[in-house]
Amino acid sequence: MLDPEDGIVPRGIDALKTRLSAIRARQPDLEPEMVTEVVRAVFQTISDDLTAKEATLLREVEELGRTIATAKAEIAILRVDDITGHDIPFATDELDAIVDHTAQATHAILESCEMLDDVSGTVSGEPAAKLQAATTRIYEACSFQDITGQRITKVVTTLKTIETKVAQIIATFGASAVEAARNKEHDAGSDALLLNGPQLPAHAMDQSDIDKLMASFE
Amino acid sequence: MAIDKSMNVLIVDDYKTMLRIIRNLLKQIEFNNVEEATDGADALSKLRGGNFGLVISDWNMAPMTGLQLLQEVRADNRLKTMPFIMITAESKTENVVAAKAAGVSNYIVKPFNAETLKDKIEKVLGHA
Repeated sequence: MLDPEDGIVPRGIDALKTRLSAIRARQPDLEPEMVTEVVRAVFQTISDDLTAKEATLLREVEELGRTIATAKAEIAILRVDDITGHDIPFATDELDAIVDHTAQATHAILESCEMLDDVSGTVSGEPAAKLQAATTRIYEACSFQDITGQRITKVVTTLKTIETKVAQIIATFGASAVEAARNKEHDAGSDALLLNGPQLPAHAMDQSDIDKLMASFE
Repeated sequence: MAIDKSMNVLIVDDYKTMLRIIRNLLKQIEFNNVEEATDGADALSKLRGGNFGLVISDWNMAPMTGLQLLQEVRADNRLKTMPFIMITAESKTENVVAAKAAGVSNYIVKPFNAETLKDKIEKVLGHA
């Protein structure tokens, strides 16, 4: 770690500036692309003047540069842009299609069930009671489509959040955009934080739990 | 107390499948005057322009949620005593607490059965 009080850094920078000025004076038409070459030349000329700390710092800076270059190469190999460009859109489209198909199938079932319900009104006694019990059970069972639809919507929302965050990471390698997105989620509405959707059975309250809670308010 | 099954009932859900299921279940327990709304704003408009005896609403809707609809109903002088049942998949304690604080009459968690629906309607309208 460099100690600014020992004067090494200012002395090194001053020496660098002096030598850069001298080079510029000798080469007034210096092109920007020649800067790297000039700096390299300056470092070469001052190499004998570097202290041990300056040499260590230089090696660390070079190592940091190599690490960044390696990380960029590894990210490119991973093709993380495939996640946002293909994988997640494909997955969400598939899930949307599942919701559409189950909705269509459920409506077809309900239509048939409504016909049976109408028939139950034309008969009496035990057959009517049996028909109505059966149709009631079908209506109850068809609510699966609402529950699965909400679960799939939660998954799609999660995938889209991942997609957005991956895009932000690719674009910025920073946290500020992610933080902004998180704040936006929290501003979505007064009861937005209460909209959790269906709970998994292991964590959910059933109707008897709800009844007990409601009764506790009386 | 006898329940007037000829009353108008408003069912609110953004899932057409659920509207259809609830409508059919209500028909089986002889509530035949049923109107539908697909979101909170639509429901509020129908409630203000109509004569309803019961609201059965989902919670998770956009742009106005069922909870916001309930709050609007309770803030409206003409509607504030309207029996209001929430039918929702939101089953966390904080949801039930928030709904009760907003003045919900009863709370049914999805998936539900016909017997639960009938039981809650009788409780709510029996106290109305």
